[in-house]
Amino acid sequence: MILGSQVGTKTLRTTFLRGLVSWCEPKTVPMEPAVTGKDLRKNYGDFVAVDGIDFEIPRGVCFGFLGPNGAGKTTTMRMIYRASPIGSGSLNILGHEVGSGANDRKIKQHLGVVPQEDNLDQELSVRENLEVFARFYGLGRKAAKARAVELLDFVNLTERANAKVLELSGGMKRRVLIARGLVGNPQLVVLDEPTTGLDPQARLNLWDRMRDLKKREATLILTTHYMDEAEQLCDTLVIMDKGKIVARGAPRDLIREHVSSHVVQIALKEEGLVPEQGKELQGLAKRHELHHDRLLLYVDDGEAVVTRAAQLLPDSETLLRRSTLEDVFLRITGRGLEE
Amino acid sequence: MRLPGDINLTTALSVWRRNLTEYGHTWMTNILPNFFDPVLYLLGMGLGLGMFVGRGVNGLSYIEYIAPGLMAASAMQGASFETTYNVFVKMNFAKLYDAYLATPAQIQDIAFGEQLWANTRGLIYGCAFLLVLIGFTLAGNNIITSWWAVLLPVAMLMTANMFALIGLTFTASIRNINYYGFYYTLWLTPLFLFSGIFFPLDNPNMAGGHAETIAWFTPLYHAVKLMRGLAQGPMEWSHAVSALWIVAISVVLSVIVPRRMRKRMIH
Repeated sequence: MILGSQVGTKTLRTTFLRGLVSWCEPKTVPMEPAVTGKDLRKNYGDFVAVDGIDFEIPRGVCFGFLGPNGAGKTTTMRMIYRASPIGSGSLNILGHEVGSGANDRKIKQHLGVVPQEDNLDQELSVRENLEVFARFYGLGRKAAKARAVELLDFVNLTERANAKVLELSGGMKRRVLIARGLVGNPQLVVLDEPTTGLDPQARLNLWDRMRDLKKREATLILTTHYMDEAEQLCDTLVIMDKGKIVARGAPRDLIREHVSSHVVQIALKEEGLVPEQGKELQGLAKRHELHHDRLLLYVDDGEAVVTRAAQLLPDSETLLRRSTLEDVFLRITGRGLEE
Repeated sequence: MRLPGDINLTTALSVWRRNLTEYGHTWMTNILPNFFDPVLYLLGMGLGLGMFVGRGVNGLSYIEYIAPGLMAASAMQGASFETTYNVFVKMNFAKLYDAYLATPAQIQDIAFGEQLWANTRGLIYGCAFLLVLIGFTLAGNNIITSWWAVLLPVAMLMTANMFALIGLTFTASIRNINYYGFYYTLWLTPLFLFSGIFFPLDNPNMAGGHAETIAWFTPLYHAVKLMRGLAQGPMEWSHAVSALWIVAISVVLSVIVPRRMRKRMIH
């Protein structure tokens, strides 16, 4: 139903997007990166949340921070959207060094945040949520109303404008959060785990909204622990683990660099035990990995290995699939993402 | 516009406006009941108990004596409820301030916006109660008898502002909503009872003659004294001292509140 209703508003949305793009201009200094972090650190007591990371986010890209829960992604996001002071190192956002109240105000004027947790105003309607927040960016009453109307259309919630936030589904709430993140017409949008906890249809719907956002030429920063999401949306990304950046690059480059194009996945009868016949298969692969009850063979010619596997281990379930960022993560850290 | 303490008035007013929007939905259930509180005291104590306080106080009937002090209590309660439970919920449960902080708003803007809203609410309560008192005055009671009374809304605002700041200081210092039990029972209720609303404190038999001296160090006493002076006269220098007392405490708390809230919210 939700997906269907998008088609009808497509023309409107295109018009709206052109408007949005023109608002974004003129950019201050187009060549300068949107965000630069140098040796960025943050501790909470003895716990090291972010352990000296360096990164540069060019303007106009969708930049991903990937990693398991507790990797330091959200702490990094909070430092970027100025909810947390930095521990040490330096952080420059949209040309302003963070830290002073005056600079933080300037940064936040051009920043949009879609937080991980739902902190919509439960006491207000969907429309009022947007109007109230637009005022924080200095919009007048009329401009705030107009912005709310435009953004409600952008996230396909015009019909629910007067609904209380409490009445909305999880996916709808997330879309209101996205709309709210855009009321200030940001140059930089931070989306912290935007699809966590949503059903597949709502996720797809949000992906569409984020692709639309990319067309706005705003810089997007996305954190997620869904590798498919990162592959779909991110131009470039870093993988974080235990507070450090362990890999960086474009999704396909990372896969090419760290694993192979395909993976043959063989289910083992006994956990951790590769039968004698499997040893030959390991020889055929560029690299292999034993992970619980699965033998993962990283191969470039998947068909040949699958055929051979069917001969050698006819009783084992064999699966050929494209390599994903999850394999990259597994390869680098030796652990799966959900562990 | 920038105010002292790096407060951006526009963003502070955005916080205020958000509360006004909510008030538009909930005033019937959220605001109206509290208005009846002092009115009920006025009727119950002033008329009921007043029948037994035959000789009155300081030449006034009992209802005439307690009415100005109840106006101070009304402003206190309006501002207190706003900056205790309401702010606590917005800060800790609804995570609304996290959302505000992601906009250009800074902590001090949010604190000031809430303070302004609490003042507004205190003023609404106080003025509604003032209208009731004007009604009683027109009906023949000597409640509002001085021209100084035109300054009563200013005194209400000062009172609401002081209690808004006291409430915010407490709210920024606690982590559990149940602590408000102490705030209301062991702080606001004693202030309500022992600040000179219901009986004069200059009696030599009261607390060894020191009752008024002790009360001088508590906030509601000065609000009551000021309102009584403005409503019924005569105005003396001691009223100016009470006004200064309220302003001085408010200035000190204005510095403390954003610091405490920053410490509480920014990690």
